Amino acid sequence: MKSSVIVFPGSNCDRDIAVALKKLQFKTSMIWHKETELPKSDLIVIPGGFSYGDYLRSGAIAAKSNILTEVISAGKKGSLILGICNGFQILIECGLLKGALLRNSGLKFISKDIQVKILSNKSKFFKKYKSGEILKLNIAHNEGNYFTNKEHLDELENNELIPIKYCDRNGSIDLKSNPNGSINNIAGIFNNKKNILGMMPHPERMSDKVLSSEDGLGLFLSLMN
Amino acid sequence: MTVSKDQIEAHGLTFDEYKKIKEYLGRDSNLLELGIFSAMWNEHCSYKSSKVHLRKLPTKNNIVIQGPGENAGVIDIGDDDAVVFKIESHNHPSFIEPYQGAATGVGGILRDVFTMGARPIALMNSIHFGSPKNHKTKNLLSGVVSGIGGYGNSVGIPTVGGETKFNDTYNENILVNAMAVGLANKNKIFYSKAKGLNKAVVYVGSKTGRDGIHGATMASAEFDDNSEEKKPTVQVGDPFTEKLLLEACLELMKDNSIISIQDMGAAGLTSSSIEMASKGKLGIELNLNKVPCRENKMTPYEMMLSESQERMLLILDDNKEEEAKKIFDKWDLDFVVIGKTTDTNRLILNFDNKKVADIPIAALADKAPLYERKFTLNKLKKEKVEINNLKKIKIEDALLKILSSPNHSNKSWITDQYDQSVMCDTIQKSGGDSAVVRIHNKEKAIAISVDSSALYCKADPKTGGKQIVAENWRNLISVGAKPLAITNCLNFGSPEKTDVMGEFVDCINGIKEACEFLNFPVVSGNVSFYNETNSKSIHPTPVIGGVGIINDLKRITNIKTKENGNLILVVGKTIGHLGQSAFLYENFAMNSGPPPEINLLNEKNNGLAVLELIKKGIALSVHDISSGGILVSLAEMSMSSGLGLKIFKPKKLKNLYEYFFGEDQGRYLIELSKNNLKNIEALFKKNNVFHEIVAEVQNDTFEIEGLFSLKTKDLQICNNKWYEDFNAIN
Repeated sequence: MKSSVIVFPGSNCDRDIAVALKKLQFKTSMIWHKETELPKSDLIVIPGGFSYGDYLRSGAIAAKSNILTEVISAGKKGSLILGICNGFQILIECGLLKGALLRNSGLKFISKDIQVKILSNKSKFFKKYKSGEILKLNIAHNEGNYFTNKEHLDELENNELIPIKYCDRNGSIDLKSNPNGSINNIAGIFNNKKNILGMMPHPERMSDKVLSSEDGLGLFLSLMN
Repeated sequence: MTVSKDQIEAHGLTFDEYKKIKEYLGRDSNLLELGIFSAMWNEHCSYKSSKVHLRKLPTKNNIVIQGPGENAGVIDIGDDDAVVFKIESHNHPSFIEPYQGAATGVGGILRDVFTMGARPIALMNSIHFGSPKNHKTKNLLSGVVSGIGGYGNSVGIPTVGGETKFNDTYNENILVNAMAVGLANKNKIFYSKAKGLNKAVVYVGSKTGRDGIHGATMASAEFDDNSEEKKPTVQVGDPFTEKLLLEACLELMKDNSIISIQDMGAAGLTSSSIEMASKGKLGIELNLNKVPCRENKMTPYEMMLSESQERMLLILDDNKEEEAKKIFDKWDLDFVVIGKTTDTNRLILNFDNKKVADIPIAALADKAPLYERKFTLNKLKKEKVEINNLKKIKIEDALLKILSSPNHSNKSWITDQYDQSVMCDTIQKSGGDSAVVRIHNKEKAIAISVDSSALYCKADPKTGGKQIVAENWRNLISVGAKPLAITNCLNFGSPEKTDVMGEFVDCINGIKEACEFLNFPVVSGNVSFYNETNSKSIHPTPVIGGVGIINDLKRITNIKTKENGNLILVVGKTIGHLGQSAFLYENFAMNSGPPPEINLLNEKNNGLAVLELIKKGIALSVHDISSGGILVSLAEMSMSSGLGLKIFKPKKLKNLYEYFFGEDQGRYLIELSKNNLKNIEALFKKNNVFHEIVAEVQNDTFEIEGLFSLKTKDLQICNNKWYEDFNAIN
């Protein structure tokens, strides 16, 4: 399996994701944002961080970089794309995913371990998990409050395009278990074809038992053929 | 053009000092030169009041690669790995502009670490605020916390721990101390000492603006009611550029082009160029027209004294410019040759084809004033606290009062604003005795702890100084680390006051004694004087940041109790010292009596015995006993796991309050399974370590037999309550 990790000035989870992919024997290339070509890859990852300092608006400047033209065209052709945290923000800013990521409802940066529930495992990204499974993942963001219009929200809900929602330890999806104000507790969404996933939690941070749990590894395992 | 009396005063220099300047120059100085002298001779850069005392500290042993005097200290942790670390204050700027002050404090300390060739792997902090009731506190607190987070999160270095404390003494002068820890190859450490003639002096990083002009001088003066008007002297941070600078520097450091490197911190271009030349016993000549400027028409004075952030000065070897420039171009950073090294031993500045400054380097560095300030040692408080004279209070009420106090309440609302997990090596986050960060790709980790005890230091500076070092040592042991070395940040009032100077001298004496006995050298640090407003000094607040090594990732302990039925032991002798305790302070608003004595022999014995138990896998959870005594420490273990404890009354005792709330030093709580009780007796006996059983882990009830019974959950609620209430008030 070949993967490409896009690196912007200000990306800071690029090494972390590369370590997790390497653990599963992915052959990973780090692709600098100024590049104009993408190597052939089975998976494209846009990592977390503060691309271009998150100036202007999180992800807005990265969405206009050279390499994104290639990412967008690959995505439209059906390549698998995973955007984590700032990567999710970039996917929204470049139009590959719909909606918006607003500032957290508490108006503060939040970094902590949270739980998400797998609503559906019917996708290339989650097939190794069970539907209904609860994962411990870590979030670290200032703008993770997902919002979209009613029409799009219905589309997401009705077509299993929301793979994960924030929940508590017992799996309750409610206001109390919502860390950032996301509509319907959404932690990640797909595009219509389910080849592009944007998620705020960091699966790569839960890929090593020494640190915490391996709850995030299933995502990378799912992506392997 | 000569300078006026007013200008001399405005630069924080005395007339005697100006006389010396004239002597070194052989003439009057111009305004630019005066600015440069002022920047180099102020307390912040010259350590003129502290140097003679700092020399007493132990700074060497077999693992120290670089002690104080460089950008950061460096220690050897084996396998060619070196840990580079330092703590520094940013108190004055943070009081004036909390967000930017704290953010640039983090930025500065990160640069100190990566300047030496290390990739930063962890950030820590110690922040002190005035009373929560003071109207300024809330704004300062929220600004400082978002500033620390805003910078570290963006650069992508985990902020893994620290301490937040409140006391009236900081009402008008908060403390913001930031520590950075980095990892380097021990054979690839970079220093600031210049070498060789006619080498290119290169400016890299952000452009120079008008921000922060005379910041170091501001930091060397006390505050008054108009301090907030000093806002323009606070620098503005740009963590994005810092991240680029970090990556560009580390990329350039992979080969051998850099001869020397120095970040532009306090006093910017002035101190960095002088530092490099002075250490290399060389001269340096700069063409200021080449300095990348953010604004038009900047004068040499502004360029030399600007404290714009995210800038570095490099000296490159011959023929390396082109390759080096490519790297900085890749990262879209300025890279400009602005001068060269010379054999004149002078700092020569040219601007618009004119020589605008010409100063002997030695006058700015080695010959900077040094003061042996007068000091008076404080008389110690001898009185003993008579518990029987105090108003009666129930033990559980006293406990709950402490747990719900600002100083002891749960601080996760602060640490949840810091990315603690980025870089994927954080094994233990804040909330325990020490943070634990794995060495990337290796089966070993370092532990880091930051500590202070201002109340103890105020009551008895020498004992206080000893105590912080000992507590720091203990915190490292508690996670299973072998303590290696420390960095210190010494926050005090004005050194021109004999009693403040006395506190300083005595704290140093205490730190020295403990460091020597525990073989725990000081490898870097920072002194922050003039922490006072309207002539009122803060409590002496030395802050110690310690680093330890863990060579077995399977033997890392935390404070979480593990399993019902296990026993909790107190290691170390309990006498019941209540002077300067949290019990008196939180329940009776008293800060009477002397602080607890430090017996370094017991400290070492007890610590090494606990470390051995951790390494053998016998100690399952460990917590040091500090502020609040046994009962508070037990409650913290319980709250951390959610399990309860059945606590036994002491067999022989004495007063229960003294037993449960006394703050005798050198003690730990350890959890072990009952089967192991016999195994440890011999070890403790051999090492002459006192121990007793104090509790047993049970379901969810936290109780002292026959005295009170609470639910662990209620302790947690109580522990979180203070912030919820504080946050609710606008």
